[in-house]
Amino acid sequence: MVSRFRTAIALLALAAVGATACGTASADPGSADPVLRTVNVTIHYSHFDPSSFSFPPGTTVRFVVRNTDPIDHEFIVGDQAVQDAHESGTEAYHPPRPGEMTVPAGTTRATIVTFARPGSLIFGCHLPGHYAYGMHGVILVG
Amino acid sequence: MLRRITLASSFALGLSLVATPALACGGLVNPNGSVSLVRTTTLAAYHNGVEHYVTSFEFAGGTGEFGSIIPLPGIPSKVIRGGDWTLQRLVQETQPQPKALFFAEDAAAASPAAAQVILKTKIDALDIVVLKGGGTAVGTWAREHGFLLPPDAPEILDFYAERSPIFMTIRFDASRAQAEGLGIGDGTPVHVVIPTTNPWVPLRILGLGAPSQAPVEADVYLLTDRMPALLPEPIDATDAPVKAGAGLELLRSEPASTSLLTDLRSDKGMGWLPNSDVWLTYLKVDTNAGALTYDLAIDATGAGHPSPVAAGLVPAQPTPLDVAAPAIATALLAALVLLSGLAIGGYLERRRFQRPAV
Repeated sequence: MVSRFRTAIALLALAAVGATACGTASADPGSADPVLRTVNVTIHYSHFDPSSFSFPPGTTVRFVVRNTDPIDHEFIVGDQAVQDAHESGTEAYHPPRPGEMTVPAGTTRATIVTFARPGSLIFGCHLPGHYAYGMHGVILVG
Repeated sequence: MLRRITLASSFALGLSLVATPALACGGLVNPNGSVSLVRTTTLAAYHNGVEHYVTSFEFAGGTGEFGSIIPLPGIPSKVIRGGDWTLQRLVQETQPQPKALFFAEDAAAASPAAAQVILKTKIDALDIVVLKGGGTAVGTWAREHGFLLPPDAPEILDFYAERSPIFMTIRFDASRAQAEGLGIGDGTPVHVVIPTTNPWVPLRILGLGAPSQAPVEADVYLLTDRMPALLPEPIDATDAPVKAGAGLELLRSEPASTSLLTDLRSDKGMGWLPNSDVWLTYLKVDTNAGALTYDLAIDATGAGHPSPVAAGLVPAQPTPLDVAAPAIATALLAALVLLSGLAIGGYLERRRFQRPAV
């Protein structure tokens, strides 16, 4: 059972390398930009702490996300359309890439995002039931 | 009525395995996060310092595997197949049963540290493992063994681990059930024998993985040497109509009848039950998952003081398993503060009492 599941995860991870199937974030991927700011996010009891951020336009942020839970989580940054796409998507694993990543149980992962334009974005986890349980927060750019 | 009794004999399953085609089964956390709960029935009997916990798992068809987890108040001395009759006999005793249908039903009876495996056994199509560990350790073990934990699992596992680091995981192999000829609706009763001075019945776990507004219904039977004191104190519905949604309702509190005790004693594994002087309590849980934030604490000693900690109403002191190192550090710090207080007087003496709780 476990090995079958791990095989499925591995296949999904390989598939994810070649295609971004869950939509495009309105935040600009900023991996090529210099990191101007690092923020730490803790996941505990399937909630993000802090659950809101505010950045000036043009800020490049390195999110360092520490998952203290014994279950896997995700950290997905984007607008409502991105969140909707992930909520209904079937991608079970997100290798770290700008604005979206899986944060396995008990690990710390980082992703870099540049917030180019003013507006409101969301970060959330879309594993089954997690978003509805309250695993989401707000990023205000402006 | 046949259907009702069948449902009443099934236990709400809290966790599912990742490959779980048996999605029609009650209480499963489905891959899409939805949960369908069914009514559950549990017997918690307490006699001579031993809690006898009896529940049943129903085969609802399909193939593959699914699972459940149950927190326990102590380390079980044994986990055995329960009798097919006990839970249904209790239902018959406390809920009106049409006579003809009753006989028809009679014929159909049926973390920081790694978690430590204490006991493994198989009962019919169930693979049962008893674990000792903190919430994170048990959650990690469950995940590594293919359980798909819902998002509320980390908090709820910690909720229980703070009081008792003992959990029982149950993996139901539906394919094996089919191979062994189990039919849909057949239940496998499980009887857990737990020596403990602190009996309680896990209730909050029934809402695991369910949306906060999802209904949770359960029948809970207690058999004790004398009338128990309970916490939370249930609404006494023995003299009033049952109010839906009232949470925890007391429907029966009386000496167990001789016929009931005789019948129960005749069932498999129930010979320990005295043949007289046993108190029967029947409670109904009828609430929603978001409101079910407690367990049922039982004081069967006659002292009348059920534990708020056992009921989950106040936080427990962390167990040594979870906080061994921090506890030692805190103890050393406390000792240092105490010595300092003795040395320099009132100022530090005040600080000693302001130190954070362990």
